[in-house]
Amino acid sequence: MTALLDVEDVKAGYGQFEALHGVSVHLREGETLAVIGANGAGKSTLLKVIAGLLSPTSGHVALGGRRLDGTRTHERVAEGIALVPEGRRVFPSLTVRENLLVGGYAKREGPWTVQRVVELFPLLADKLDRPGGRLSGGEQQAVAIGRGLMANPRLLLLDEVSLGLAPIVVKQLYGELPRIRESGTTVLLVEQDVGQALAVADRVSCLLTGTVALEGAPKDLGQEQIRRAYFGMDRAA
Amino acid sequence: MVNAIVQGILLGGLYALFAAGLSLIFGVMRIVNLAHGDLAVLAGFLAYVLVDSVGFTPFLTLLVVVPVMGIIGYALQRGVLNFTLGSGELPPLLATFGIAVVLQNVLQETFSADSRGLDAGRIEDSSISLGGEVAIGWLPLVTLLIGVAVIAGLSLMLDRTQLGRAFRAASDDAEAATIVGIDQRKLYGFATAIALATVGVAGVLLGIRTTFGPFSGGSQLIFAFEAVIIGGLGNLWGTLVGGIVLGVVIDLLGRYVGAIGSTMKLPVALLLILMFLLVRPGGLFGRVAVRRV
Repeated sequence: MTALLDVEDVKAGYGQFEALHGVSVHLREGETLAVIGANGAGKSTLLKVIAGLLSPTSGHVALGGRRLDGTRTHERVAEGIALVPEGRRVFPSLTVRENLLVGGYAKREGPWTVQRVVELFPLLADKLDRPGGRLSGGEQQAVAIGRGLMANPRLLLLDEVSLGLAPIVVKQLYGELPRIRESGTTVLLVEQDVGQALAVADRVSCLLTGTVALEGAPKDLGQEQIRRAYFGMDRAA
Repeated sequence: MVNAIVQGILLGGLYALFAAGLSLIFGVMRIVNLAHGDLAVLAGFLAYVLVDSVGFTPFLTLLVVVPVMGIIGYALQRGVLNFTLGSGELPPLLATFGIAVVLQNVLQETFSADSRGLDAGRIEDSSISLGGEVAIGWLPLVTLLIGVAVIAGLSLMLDRTQLGRAFRAASDDAEAATIVGIDQRKLYGFATAIALATVGVAGVLLGIRTTFGPFSGGSQLIFAFEAVIIGGLGNLWGTLVGGIVLGVVIDLLGRYVGAIGSTMKLPVALLLILMFLLVRPGGLFGRVAVRRV
């Protein structure tokens, strides 16, 4: 398996505040990586850097070995990086169908169509003509993921899928992850819900205040070990 | 009475045509384009040059003026207006005001302050009689039909095409639009290009209908604003209705309220509209318009 994504020693932040102090993440084609961590650990910042919404102050991001320095967000979509942003950001005045179609604005060759997305998320079947602003949170999240898939990404970035959703809906959405992987998409997800993340990921990377505190396959990591990394107990000691 | 309403509706066609571009630019980018009227006058002068020096007929100039205005729109957006976005409503407003002043003065330097017109020949004073006192002039009728066609075309584009969906998506949430792969700067360039192409049509028709000079833009801008605001901001079909309402009100006032007379009909009409806005600040379709483009 070849490296799909390389995040090399990235430092990034907002103004004077540095949120990532040299983070490296590597992701192979077909793999699912979960980045976990507490509030303010830098998870969303990492996704923003990968998606090109935020420029790193040092370090770099590479997709398939090609460095993305200076490649803007919309160009990265055409390169194969699709972000499902925190808070879903579904277009409220566009219908579900239109949200999905506009997701294919810069699409690459690939299998995803409105129909395929509906097969993946049947809860959208009878809501295709409903405006995005009049959907439940779970439906919006399904639209946001579907919109990202419509670009036929090589790498799908999922930011806090579970946030504000009922556990049963979260389970349902994550339940479709294997089918997304089967379509050839590599998934990098950011999640506060550690249990959910461990259940679906091949590998976990735990961020702690802007650095990687722990990394490995869920089966090799003990719960206690993850707990200590998550809350920074080793460092405090 | 019937005649006044018919003439008002026809007049509304021109107002709506003017307002369509204003509505599109506001809907997509939240830019209030104060140079709108002056850009229409620029289109009129372009047509004038083509008629005067190249020997085009006024309607034929559309073939050149419309694409040229589109290119000017794209260049203006990418070269100037894009840099004013992202820090509130004031910078783009000031930029378009500056563009208006520059245009007025360049046009005056180039063409002098004389009024010009475009002579389209017989169409200008021939009409269809509908019996009684009602007669429909060919030129106002053609203008109204073009206005309806332009608005229908814009609506179809916004509703059915990928570009239209992108316009609406960017209007909803500009950052989310870049996340789905839309190049915002380019998209805004397209929006202004399309808007100025419609302004090109409006400018040529204005030049055929009446005379214009380098400083005629301001009054056209007022009509366009009124049409947009009556209809409800950013609602294209509302803009058409707004233009027609404005046309009918102005025509009725001029004809039937003797004390007002033709010079005062415009200020009085604007006052009436202000009063209407006190009652319905969102315009006719403001509340219903879930879609803001």
